[in-house]
Amino acid sequence: MNSGSPAPAGGGGFIILGTFLVGLMLSQMPLPYLIEWARPEWVAMILIYWVMALPHRVGMGTAFFLGLFLDVIKGSVLGLNALSLTIIAFLTLLLHQRLRMFPVIQQALMVMVLVGINQLLFHWMQSFTGYTGDNLIFLLPCLISALLWPWLFVVLRGIRRLFRIR
Amino acid sequence: MAADLYSAKVQESRAYLSLLLTPLQWIVDVPSRVAGEVSDVVVDRSLLLKENAKLKAEALQLERKVQQNAALWLENERLRSLLSGAERVDEEVRLVELIGVNPDPFQHQVIINKGSENLVRLGQPILDAGGVMGQVTEMSHYTSRVMLITDARHALPVEINRNGFRTIALGKGELGELELDHVPDTADIVKGDLVITSGLGGRFPRGYPVAIVSDVIRDPGQQFARVRVMPTALLDKSRHLLLVDMPEELNEAVIPNEVSE
Repeated sequence: MNSGSPAPAGGGGFIILGTFLVGLMLSQMPLPYLIEWARPEWVAMILIYWVMALPHRVGMGTAFFLGLFLDVIKGSVLGLNALSLTIIAFLTLLLHQRLRMFPVIQQALMVMVLVGINQLLFHWMQSFTGYTGDNLIFLLPCLISALLWPWLFVVLRGIRRLFRIR
Repeated sequence: MAADLYSAKVQESRAYLSLLLTPLQWIVDVPSRVAGEVSDVVVDRSLLLKENAKLKAEALQLERKVQQNAALWLENERLRSLLSGAERVDEEVRLVELIGVNPDPFQHQVIINKGSENLVRLGQPILDAGGVMGQVTEMSHYTSRVMLITDARHALPVEINRNGFRTIALGKGELGELELDHVPDTADIVKGDLVITSGLGGRFPRGYPVAIVSDVIRDPGQQFARVRVMPTALLDKSRHLLLVDMPEELNEAVIPNEVSE
């Protein structure tokens, strides 16, 4: 995925992979039933950060493979999350230069919109294959993701600077 | 995506993908495992004594029931042979452990620590101490996914224990609630009735408790009565589950296309 890029890009492929693995772990951490509705979309958020910071290394291909794993975790049809995450990665690629200029609060708003798009796509497609409820509570994760974004941003930026991933 | 819905090959690659994810699932499960160990170590002595006493009393009660059961079992066999009915087969159970829960709250699925390498089969029923939990819907090599009976896509053939009235229990996508389907207004169901599996359809063994009737709404304006029932299994709490090994020929008769793939 991303560990194959040559030296000038600045190494750290394993670090990026590691953050995604942590994201995958967090997204299947067992939570009490009611809080489960508010589970932030870790993988999507981490993906947005890396695409924004390193658009030449992490892109739609990475998003696709991540999505496949997320599909297996969520037990959805194979390719559902892959498609929605690829679209998110594409949108972030379009926006990444503006996103970098934004203050963190504004970034969080954009993250809310992006994760919201992800949720909408996922549940829209999920509804073709099964019941998905009739209220908008499935959009709650995008709000929580936006609230958590500043902290995640600081942590991931710290990791990126610490390991000089470019 | 369409390929996943319609082809068995993709199902196989899915199993391999989840094999890659199995270590992650184990890691995620570690905290709760450790918490369990720690609470085992630092538990209060008086609490243990109390629990011990309670368990002893419970064991005594159960033993008494078993004593009666043996006699009843033989009597049942004799009566059955008098009626020249088919012999009742006893199912074997295996202990399995829950290692994960599906993070998507719309799907009521749990992950157990046995897979196709441990000879788990598709459609095998899962029980816990309280009653029926669900059935295996997807297998990887060392883990498999169990759809709970409360999942909105699940339906389970049941009967009322008191009078043998047969119906179907539908999941509603809400934890702790099922609904009985197409119950006529005149059906003899009252609050507190025990609902057990009817064994029709062949996937679930007969006679295991499923739920207790919590609410019967008879609305003259509606065609059917609305019967809400509460699962007896602790769907969101049980960690040690029982995997039922149904008799082989029965299983294959019911799901030939899925088994043959």
